[in-house]
Amino acid sequence: MIKLDAKIPEGSLAEKWTKYKSSVDLVAPNNKRKLEVIVVGTGLAGASAAASLAELGYRVKAYTFHDSPRRAHSIAAQGGINAAKNYQNDGDSVFRLFYDTVKGGDYRSREANVHRLAEVSANIIDQCVAQGVPFAREYGGTLANRSFGGVQVSRTFYARGQTGQQLLIGAYQALSRQISLGNVEMFNRHEMLDVVMVDGKARGIIARNLLTGEIESHAAHCVVLATGGYGNVYYLSTNAMNSNVSAAWRASKKGAAMANPCFCQIHPTCIPVSGTYQSKLTLMSESLRNDGRVWVPLKKEDVEAIRKGAKKPTDIPESDRDYYLERKYPAFGNLVPRDVASRAAKEVCDEGRGVNKTGLAVFLDFSEAIMRYGKAEASSLGENPEDEKLVRSLGTKAVEAKYGNLFEIYEKITGDNPYRTPMRIYPAIHYTMGGLWVDYNLETTLPGLFAIGEANFSDHGANRLGASALMQGLADGYFVLPYTIGSFLSKEIKTETISTDLPEFKQAREQVRERLDSLMNIQGDRSVESFHRELGLILWDYCGMSRNADGLKKGRKLLKELKEEFYKNVFIPGKTNEFNPELEKATRVADFFELGELMMVDALHREESCGGHFREEHQTEDNEARRDDENFTYVAAWEWKNEGDPVLHKEPLKFKNVELKTRSYK
Amino acid sequence: MNLKLKIWRQAGRKTKGQFQTYSLEATPEMSFLEMLDVLNEKIIEDKGEPVAFEHDCREGICGSCSMVINGQAHGPMGMTTTCQLHMRHFKDGDTIVIEPFRARAFPVLKDLVVDRSSFDRIIQAGGYISVNTGQAPDGNSILVNQDDSKEAFDAAACIGCGACVAACPNASAMLFASAKVAHLAFLPQGKVERQKRVGRMVAQMDKEGFGNCSNTYACEAECPKGISVDNIAKMNREYFSSSVGSQKD
Ligand SMILES: Cc1cc2nc3c(=O)[nH]c(=O)nc-3n(C[C@H](O)[C@H](O)[C@H](O)COP(=O)(O)OP(=O)(O)OC[C@H]3O[C@@H](n4cnc5c(N)ncnc54)[C@H](O)[C@@H]3O)c2cc1C
Ligand code: SF4
Ligand code: FES
Repeated sequence: MIKLDAKIPEGSLAEKWTKYKSSVDLVAPNNKRKLEVIVVGTGLAGASAAASLAELGYRVKAYTFHDSPRRAHSIAAQGGINAAKNYQNDGDSVFRLFYDTVKGGDYRSREANVHRLAEVSANIIDQCVAQGVPFAREYGGTLANRSFGGVQVSRTFYARGQTGQQLLIGAYQALSRQISLGNVEMFNRHEMLDVVMVDGKARGIIARNLLTGEIESHAAHCVVLATGGYGNVYYLSTNAMNSNVSAAWRASKKGAAMANPCFCQIHPTCIPVSGTYQSKLTLMSESLRNDGRVWVPLKKEDVEAIRKGAKKPTDIPESDRDYYLERKYPAFGNLVPRDVASRAAKEVCDEGRGVNKTGLAVFLDFSEAIMRYGKAEASSLGENPEDEKLVRSLGTKAVEAKYGNLFEIYEKITGDNPYRTPMRIYPAIHYTMGGLWVDYNLETTLPGLFAIGEANFSDHGANRLGASALMQGLADGYFVLPYTIGSFLSKEIKTETISTDLPEFKQAREQVRERLDSLMNIQGDRSVESFHRELGLILWDYCGMSRNADGLKKGRKLLKELKEEFYKNVFIPGKTNEFNPELEKATRVADFFELGELMMVDALHREESCGGHFREEHQTEDNEARRDDENFTYVAAWEWKNEGDPVLHKEPLKFKNVELKTRSYK
Repeated sequence: MNLKLKIWRQAGRKTKGQFQTYSLEATPEMSFLEMLDVLNEKIIEDKGEPVAFEHDCREGICGSCSMVINGQAHGPMGMTTTCQLHMRHFKDGDTIVIEPFRARAFPVLKDLVVDRSSFDRIIQAGGYISVNTGQAPDGNSILVNQDDSKEAFDAAACIGCGACVAACPNASAMLFASAKVAHLAFLPQGKVERQKRVGRMVAQMDKEGFGNCSNTYACEAECPKGISVDNIAKMNREYFSSSVGSQKD
């Protein structure tokens, strides 16, 4: 039976973390050397944690299914990382960052954790600079900032459009240093398939060596999961192809509560699906909506003509275009938040006005911006602002200076030139706010099992702000976990090295082996991929951008049927005891089935609309989300049952430092 | 479009490989890897063994994808990783030859998958700045002028894919290693350890069995991230001054 205790320290919000740090039990250096920690995952969260714990003196073992820690999904993050440095002197502060994050999360996150995140954010930037992360600089050599979605200050640090890459390389290098010093033992190409509990504490993992197929036991005094988010449950997402939920899901099957699994973030500007073979979706930075105007044709016949290629978008006169965001949200226009923009795109496509073959795309048009910039440029050069050709060419240059690399990526993928014809975009799954429930120590409901980074649920509530995931991953890894892990390990200094000869390991290994064998033995007729695609579509249709009770019930039923078919008819080639990517996929998809079901259960129970979770039954007359603070100001932490329905545990959220308000963008 | 694919198949590190030919129908909108996905689906339908290849981000940033397409690492398009290559750059009726990266320090593990862990060991030898978590001074206490910052970034953009090694007639890792040496040497934070760093990284490169650089610059031509061979010159200067430095003391 799960009992939730968030272990939030006493004291005022601003004092909690400071007090905690000075009172948490510490482990003396000579004892640290005797304690082993397993870190699964070497993305931003895992690499930073493994390096920092090793620097402190713990004996760390780190695991990744990649061939190198440098390839983790974090590498793909583009835009930037937030920190309350107030270098711009524009009134930023720890409190403001805290406030923006709580509000952005639609008041479904825990105040104390978010405040701590804001407090340590500044240290992250210092640490990364010292490691050699080449952040953007001003002329004078100081760090540059930009602003990001929906906040009034400029607090985002960035390294061109490759911030995630540069931050991960920094953490990877810190980790590499600890590996070379012998403080971290690194296991590449190892996939964790189960967590091992000994006397009620997480004491190790079962991992499969992906090259040899060997099922191995690895023991330690505690286990940290830094295994990322589960957006790939939808099959198509902006996540890397191999991102999956299995590590977290295996923990939840052992009794770790899963929190708010239905909170997923959909990003409005991604390159749409172009065919049935499509494997993933590519994000186009949010910044494009600063200058791009979103529209679809007003008339169905124009839609048809565009889909058939009989008309080009530029053939549609202004009067026949529907700039629907500007129409519906005159105050924010094209700059409404991610969830609002995404739902609006779905609505017009549901009406049959989508502008590509699949009917699932809207235009993002830069022609007006090109002309506007061009005119300004022409005037400032003393040229004729009525000279259309000149204006267009000057404007193209200005837009190129701002968005050149994004336009290039777009053209590489689609073959269309967005300077001449509008981009086609569509929303896609991007990030998951839900994850393993953790307390203030970042410990799950399983003692000795910690979760950090996107794998936990802690800081973003029902919606994450741009540039805050990188911040959270590194906060957890560099500055929070290295302290909070002491709350557990300080009580373990007398515990001898954990042996993998314990019966618990043998039993867990057997169970994993049986699970793999039974999957291999099905020898049916359908590929894993085909099941994953279908699973993704069910989730997208019934538990995607907008949800309703009937759909969720139906979706859950369809999921169960598909899962049954999977276990009867999946075909996995090759053998267990060899390099076998299809088997890897199969174990991940098998876990996605159960997670998907839990997401539907969670979405159905949450009778309100908040952040990324939009229930059609709960909207205002003008189709805006209606939150229900009276009944749903809590974290939904689910206990998975292998038989019967999942059990809900509630962690009530108390807001003492912010006032709950309704979001409006009209 | 109808394609003929000649793909290197090799069951394991120690087994001998050979080319196998497949015919496949593709569409111009597909990415190269999606084309291989479709091939694999077909192979699986016929209960065969799919072609193993490495991939993850499919956006040209993780450095996982690694194959030689018609004799060129990452295929015919400049500044493009395999995962960013699209089929519209091929023609109906084309024959496409697909092989793994070949180098002594990158042994083939299966089909198109090679072992690039030697790159990790080069970084472990010294490709970092020694600063523990919590030891850092305020970010703005270290000023970096925009030019140095830009140069450092350009070098740091390396994705560790190994195409430079695959392209080099000597299978040298100079472009990769020099990109890291240059990234850190351009920054004031990285200058303290520069001598030790370059010496150790070069020694590790030799130990891994990478070849020497004979200035053919094939690496730069096939690098998907435009890493410049100027970095190699910079690394040589660093190396020279470090060996001179160590002679002095
Ligand atoms: C396209 C894109 C752009 C983004 N841009 C931004 C941005 O600009 N700013 C921002 O703040 N956020 C951004 N995000 C979100 C952010 O990148 C992620 O939330 C964050 O990087 C997650 O980091 P992580 O360390 O928690 O997990 P990951 O980076 O996903 O790492 C997971 C690690 O766990 C390992 N792993 C997983 N399961 C297992 C297992 N069973 N066994 C062994 N190893 C395992 C993997 O190998 C990997 O090493 C973006 C996301 C996407 C998709
Ligand atoms: S230098 Fe270029 S080719 Fe070599 S590993 Fe780096 S990105 Fe790849
Ligand atoms: S798959 Fe990541 S670079 Fe190609």
